[in-house]
Amino acid sequence: MKKELFKFLIFTVLILVAPLAFKGGYLMNVLVFVGINTMLAIALNLLLGYCGQISLGHAGFFGLGAYLSGILTATHGLNPWLVMPLAAGLVGLLAYLIGFPILKLKGHYLAMATLGMGIIIYIVFNESVDYTGGPSGLSGIPALSIGSTSFDSDVKSYYLVWAFTLGVCLFSLNLANSRVGRALRAIHDSEIAARVVGVNARELKVRIFALSAVISALAGCLYAHTMTFISPASFGFNFSVELLTMVVIGGLGSIYGSFLGAALLTLLPEFLRAAHDYDIIIYGGLLMVMVMFMPGGLVRSVPDAVRKLVRLKGGAGNA
Amino acid sequence: MLEVSGITQIFGGVTALKDVSFSIAKESITGVIGPNGAGKTTLFNIISGIYTQTSGTVVLEGRNISGLPPERLAPLGMVRTFQNIELFSSMTVLENVMVGMHTKSSSGLLACSLKMPWTFKEEARIRDNAMRWLEFAEISDLAGTVAGNLPFGKGRMLEIARALAADPKIILMDEPAAGLNSQETLGLADVIKKIRDMGITVVLVEHDMELVMDICDRIVVLNLGSKLAEGTPREIQENGDVVAAYLGDE
Repeated sequence: MKKELFKFLIFTVLILVAPLAFKGGYLMNVLVFVGINTMLAIALNLLLGYCGQISLGHAGFFGLGAYLSGILTATHGLNPWLVMPLAAGLVGLLAYLIGFPILKLKGHYLAMATLGMGIIIYIVFNESVDYTGGPSGLSGIPALSIGSTSFDSDVKSYYLVWAFTLGVCLFSLNLANSRVGRALRAIHDSEIAARVVGVNARELKVRIFALSAVISALAGCLYAHTMTFISPASFGFNFSVELLTMVVIGGLGSIYGSFLGAALLTLLPEFLRAAHDYDIIIYGGLLMVMVMFMPGGLVRSVPDAVRKLVRLKGGAGNA
Repeated sequence: MLEVSGITQIFGGVTALKDVSFSIAKESITGVIGPNGAGKTTLFNIISGIYTQTSGTVVLEGRNISGLPPERLAPLGMVRTFQNIELFSSMTVLENVMVGMHTKSSSGLLACSLKMPWTFKEEARIRDNAMRWLEFAEISDLAGTVAGNLPFGKGRMLEIARALAADPKIILMDEPAAGLNSQETLGLADVIKKIRDMGITVVLVEHDMELVMDICDRIVVLNLGSKLAEGTPREIQENGDVVAAYLGDE
């Protein structure tokens, strides 16, 4: 337990000092998105990596958070700090209600149902032009501010977003190592055995689905207020797949893995500008390679590989 | 303790169980035996809430539990083990047993995530208790091992430890000796007797006749979906119908 806390502290310090290394350059902006995507990847990982339930519609929850926040602040002039819990709560409630019928399904069927859910949400963003601005997007969303300090620069946004992301990290780490976290993993490994010892699998799955949606919506709020402009294109099926890729590449059932996956998939396109139009192909390819050769994700495979290398060297030395 | 009356189960057009009734006394070991296809596992799945019977009732300590799902039965004191052990294979041995304490603990999702002060105490209690059950099952040295890497025999003991952690009044075991070597089976017999001596009622489906005759207080024999006989091991051994069912009629 002490070790967990220590790891988290090191991670926090690294995040806090990272801006010094980049001196507020263009990459700072990208690192803000690493923060948002880490939140999203953790949200999906709680559902997929811990509880074993897939969702191909998480971009929808992310978008709902962003649009609720955007519309209520930009169009109706409400206070963003008030809107944030409201939006997260509403999306959570919606997910809870959708979750009951949908999470009865398993495997491919659940994937299809959540896929459909994500697509419906995306269509709503596109078509309800009066509220969302349709395909041309919603602009004029105010940046968040505390007192007279507005989070309008990349460095300020960085600290704001990462404050939330670290909070979500700690929250999820605690959850993973608790009675409820164990019940989640138990459902993943053998639902029937979990039920036999009294885990209400049905109810717990729905709750985690809702929690996952709440975190995604929260990330959506932060996204809307840091971008100040949102459009449906950011919340489509492609992004749901990208989130899934982050979780799998980083490592299913690992909170820090979610960070690795999110960081890699957010930074990679910046270095592969030329291949921009082929990003979905690259993600697909990465996903296949990872599932085939590194099913544990980066967070497990890299340390394993290092250990193997060290052993090989040691073995050669002895011989 | 447990009253099974008039259980009939029809799958499609096939009658798997036909009007099966028996009752099980408190703090006893009851064996359910019968040739392959007699309906033993179906009966277990009905009692433990995995299937819902076509007709008939199951009453646990005066309470009708027919149709209740497994997660509702655990808090009432009924747990079971599986023929092909069902472990949480990616979790450690200790964690497996800790999940067994699920109904004996109550911290919710938010309390756990926010690490409320009271959760520490509960977590420590869960851990200590789980450790005690590992010691009981003589696998405490494997506490940190990932359950998926356990040899089969140890996995069986882990499953029993996990079931006991739920603090049951009655435990159903589906072929606990299947896949065990003779040494392990002897150990299992001791453990089952110890469980009964702790005041827990044991019901088991088993093919290992030596084990059944050795440990059971009472035996129920099923054949072709119906109850063929019921009695003490001695009575069953001397029952002509049972011998005929197992060895074939002349």
